[in-house]
Amino acid sequence: MAPQSGLARQRTRSAWAFLAPMLFVLAAVALYPLLRTIWFGFTDASLTSFSSARFVGFRNYLEWLDYGDGNGEWLGLLVDGRWWSAVWNTVRFTLVSVTLETVFGMIIALVLNQKFAGRAVVRAAVLIPWAIPTVVSAKMWGWMLHDQFGIINDILMRIGLLSAPVAWTASPDTAMAAVMMVDIWKTTPFMALLILAGLQMIPDDIYEAARLDGVGPVRTFRRITLPLVLPAVLVAVVFRALDALRVFDIVYVLTPNSPETRTMSVFARENLFDYDKFAYGSAASTLLFLIIAMITIGFIYATRMDLSGNRE
Amino acid sequence: MTARSYLRKGGFYLLVGVIVLQAVFPFYYAILTSLESGQAIFDVNYLPHVIDLSNYRAAFANGVFGHQILNSVFVATLVVVLSMLLAVTASYALARVPFKGRALLLLTVLSVSMFPQIAVLSGLFEVIRMMGLFNSLWSLIFSYMIFTLPFTVWVLTTFMRKLPSEIEEAAIMDGAPPLVIIRRIFLPLLWPAMVTTGLLAFIHAWNEFLFALTFLSTDGQRTVPVAIALISGRSEFEIPWGNIMAASVIVTLPLVVLVLVFQRKIVSGLTAGAVKG
Repeated sequence: MAPQSGLARQRTRSAWAFLAPMLFVLAAVALYPLLRTIWFGFTDASLTSFSSARFVGFRNYLEWLDYGDGNGEWLGLLVDGRWWSAVWNTVRFTLVSVTLETVFGMIIALVLNQKFAGRAVVRAAVLIPWAIPTVVSAKMWGWMLHDQFGIINDILMRIGLLSAPVAWTASPDTAMAAVMMVDIWKTTPFMALLILAGLQMIPDDIYEAARLDGVGPVRTFRRITLPLVLPAVLVAVVFRALDALRVFDIVYVLTPNSPETRTMSVFARENLFDYDKFAYGSAASTLLFLIIAMITIGFIYATRMDLSGNRE
Repeated sequence: MTARSYLRKGGFYLLVGVIVLQAVFPFYYAILTSLESGQAIFDVNYLPHVIDLSNYRAAFANGVFGHQILNSVFVATLVVVLSMLLAVTASYALARVPFKGRALLLLTVLSVSMFPQIAVLSGLFEVIRMMGLFNSLWSLIFSYMIFTLPFTVWVLTTFMRKLPSEIEEAAIMDGAPPLVIIRRIFLPLLWPAMVTTGLLAFIHAWNEFLFALTFLSTDGQRTVPVAIALISGRSEFEIPWGNIMAASVIVTLPLVVLVLVFQRKIVSGLTAGAVKG
């Protein structure tokens, strides 16, 4: 079979030729910048002089500053209270938002999985929040949550839930809740669609059998729907969680300069471009990357994703 | 029994009503606000009572906003075209040609799409300054490849894998070169998948904020999300909400129409991009 293997070799060669441009672009836009970011985290680079940046070891992460009199203090990202509060804000944001998005997404998916008059219209309407740019969503909700003229305060006061207007985005107690709310509103459609795709793969005869056996709707959901749709839900949750961990736009636009909502991404960008602590910001970016990379790798192993595409 | 089933039906439609209302209301309210001006904006209204287009006229008055819309259109279109060009051939190789390291390569491409943008921000900033692209729209066209390219490659690869192997066997036996095979056999079949991925890539590029905020520095170069985010008044109490809402409606309306028209395609693209396990 010499001629065929020659053909196969030729095909493999052209395959690499086809891949080369894409791989080159990805290397230029992702790999090289990532390596440079990690490198900057170990230097004293500043915004105006990154060509003359010098290696300083782990100083941006952790450093013992000796006062010379036997006393001293630890400095660096790993002992920076602002960084850890940003980490905690991000984790809190991710946990609450993704959980509620999953619950609401599941409810909407279950509704859309029913046959009813006007289903197509409802599905189209549900997609609207997803289509709206994040910045625009943040502005829209910023206006609706306005302390004096906002419609949310107006509604809540009309139905008697509030006695005085609340400064949702400005008050430290509610700023994070406001950010979460906008994110949940905007991303629940995505969740609902992914779960709906999972629901539609469950064959109808299983439900039919349950119905004939007289199984009630709650038990049908818990014993049939939930276990069968769980893999799809888990994939959606991981995708959303990875997305939520790098949240930037909503926080930056809705609650600028609020320590209660400062996330890891906001912290990193602040240091990079606003405080001219380029190296420090790069170190924070590196840590954020590590966190997300570990979760991704864990996920790929846990689900044993089949990427080979080999057909039997 | 009938009373109960009526109650159940009523409850179901009530739930449907709540779902639709929460999804649509904020955008409806933005349109409502954008049509009010002056003091009228500060009275809370639930139903439209005036139609005043002065916010829209003001948005286009000095020409900058119109220019910013063109910037966004230019960037998003070029991003889609370039990532398609790169992705079609690459995903043909990944989907149809068996070679060593293919799975690892696909995994690498997929993992790039998980990259947090902030992790490459400082490195990209350096690259863009080195190439002299700072404050140029090309900085965005270049940097947006980080999310459109992996996504496009991934979706097109999964799509091409599903096509039966017979369709190209005859052509391979006839000794047709791979580029001809792609153009004559796969391109006609790929159109639906390309429309879907192209749409999603366009929307993503249109909405992107972090890179656009960082790599562009003058008003005339900005794209619309950054422009809207940076609209501000002289003080916190003079934020021109009417103008912001008008600008928001202008940049969102095309997207909403696009999504409603291509609803099915977008849903299938989103799920193809994610539900793979």
